[in-house]
Amino acid sequence: MALTAQDIARVAHLARLELPPEESERALSQINGFFGLVAQMAAVPTQGIEPMAHSVELAAAAALRLREDVASEPNQREANQQSAPAVERGLFLVPKVIE
Amino acid sequence: MSNPSKSLHDMSVAELAAGLKARRFSALETAQHFLARAQADRSGSFLAFNPEATLAQARASDARLATGTGGPLEGVPLGHKDIFVTRDFATTAGSKMLEGYRSPFDATVVSRLADAGMVTLGKLNCDEFAMGSGNENSAYGAVNNPWDSRRVPGGSSGGSAAAIAARLVPAATGTDTGGSIRQPASFCGITGIKPTYGRASRYGMIAYASSLDQGGPMARSAEDCALLLSAMCGPDPDRDSTSLDVPAEDFSAKLNDDLSGLRIGIAKEFFGEGLAADVRAAVDGALAELTRLGATLVPISLPRTELAIPVYYIIAPAEASSNLSRYDGVKFGHRAKSYSDLESMYKKTRAEGFGSEVKRRIMTGTYVLSHGYYDAYYLQAQKIRRMIAQDFQDAFGQCDVIAGPVAPTVAWEIGQNAGDPVADYLADIFTLPASLAGLPGLSVPAGFGAHNMPVGLQLIGNYFQEARLLNVAHRLQQVSDVHLRKPEGV
Repeated sequence: MALTAQDIARVAHLARLELPPEESERALSQINGFFGLVAQMAAVPTQGIEPMAHSVELAAAAALRLREDVASEPNQREANQQSAPAVERGLFLVPKVIE
Repeated sequence: MSNPSKSLHDMSVAELAAGLKARRFSALETAQHFLARAQADRSGSFLAFNPEATLAQARASDARLATGTGGPLEGVPLGHKDIFVTRDFATTAGSKMLEGYRSPFDATVVSRLADAGMVTLGKLNCDEFAMGSGNENSAYGAVNNPWDSRRVPGGSSGGSAAAIAARLVPAATGTDTGGSIRQPASFCGITGIKPTYGRASRYGMIAYASSLDQGGPMARSAEDCALLLSAMCGPDPDRDSTSLDVPAEDFSAKLNDDLSGLRIGIAKEFFGEGLAADVRAAVDGALAELTRLGATLVPISLPRTELAIPVYYIIAPAEASSNLSRYDGVKFGHRAKSYSDLESMYKKTRAEGFGSEVKRRIMTGTYVLSHGYYDAYYLQAQKIRRMIAQDFQDAFGQCDVIAGPVAPTVAWEIGQNAGDPVADYLADIFTLPASLAGLPGLSVPAGFGAHNMPVGLQLIGNYFQEARLLNVAHRLQQVSDVHLRKPEGV
């Protein structure tokens, strides 16, 4: 199944990517090139097979554990904001969200 | 040491550690020596230096060496792939998105290696967010392969592999999501190992595909990789929820074990018509050496090898599309200069900050996760992922390790696959299956192929069999000098 220009536009919007028309066309042909490989996957019978999200269950006898629900990190506001594009009085600045 | 006049940059990690401990040379002069070489290099391997921080670390190492309190790798320099965040060095992940980014903390792997005494020389080039097979997707330029500057070093840990081959660093960190340690190691004639998924902490490793990403060491020999891997691994339960509760291990302990009776599985799917004849000849040569050391070759089958390509290139982009949604121009990284509202800020910021391969994978991932396509693509890929993992378990019923090529060809020329991402994807065929299964995999120099370019032998083990893989590679390196050869002009 090939993607259309509308699919690319929809996906680019969902992924919050601005795509100029020429980039959009290139993406369409390259992504469709890849989906040519995906066709062989659809033909594989997988009834009754559990999806595998992670290899951990196979590798480890012990299940992954949860850590204690306690705050362990010190306050590092300044260090954490040193690479922010726009900060004022310790707050991240963004364009107006609510009119 | 056998040769007292050997240059520092020709010494192995083991030799450097011994020489430093015996105080034949200082950590400071070692750091200065490598830093001078690295800063004079023009291959594009390094992205960031901080000589002040490097020399301060070296002086601290010398102080510990003077009092005999140094760690096992005290004073030995290394470079970190620019995917690991570092407090003292800028971190970019090879992306414009993170230009000038400074992390408030060190990745766990970075601090564990520092605790072992290692001195950081700088940060190494890589494909943007580790997405690529030739280091050509770095926003900061391609890296030249030291064996032929017109060719790629492999990827995504291309800067790490090239810097080791060019003797700019004795060792480096890399990360492997679909082959990004093993394939550049093969292309540059060095040794690299990706441990079992979950053994090395992912904390501070900039995320690409979280169920696959795994850090590991790269160096010239298996012996050196074992030294670094021993320092890197171990539980990090409070900071990485997928860090396995498996104790740290001394991966050097079994390096010299006898290979008699070792059963090496040879998957017919790894030796099909897609494999170049020159690569096959080099791999066969290394396998013949291993049989002379007492191993036997056992035919096995990994029937879903080809399916690993679509499965990986669905799952990894799906995870990437989620992971990379954090780059929104708010908390860190690039923000577009002009925009009209919040949504246009997001869209312009991401359009400007990401390169074309990253955008392609984000879009592919968004598509396969979107309503109406999730079951057909993402879920189907995860089901086949389980079948691929099960194929390995069936194979390990008949053999102890699996051996084969790392990549179908030697390193290609820079620009050769431009505009054809699928060509790069296809070249990952032999490394993707072990990644999907979460198994440890290693690349060890096997010989040389077309254009006198290096060829690696891939060894895949069952979960937690890293020591066995390093043992096989080490025994091979004791009877072979392939890993000791140097590119011309180095």
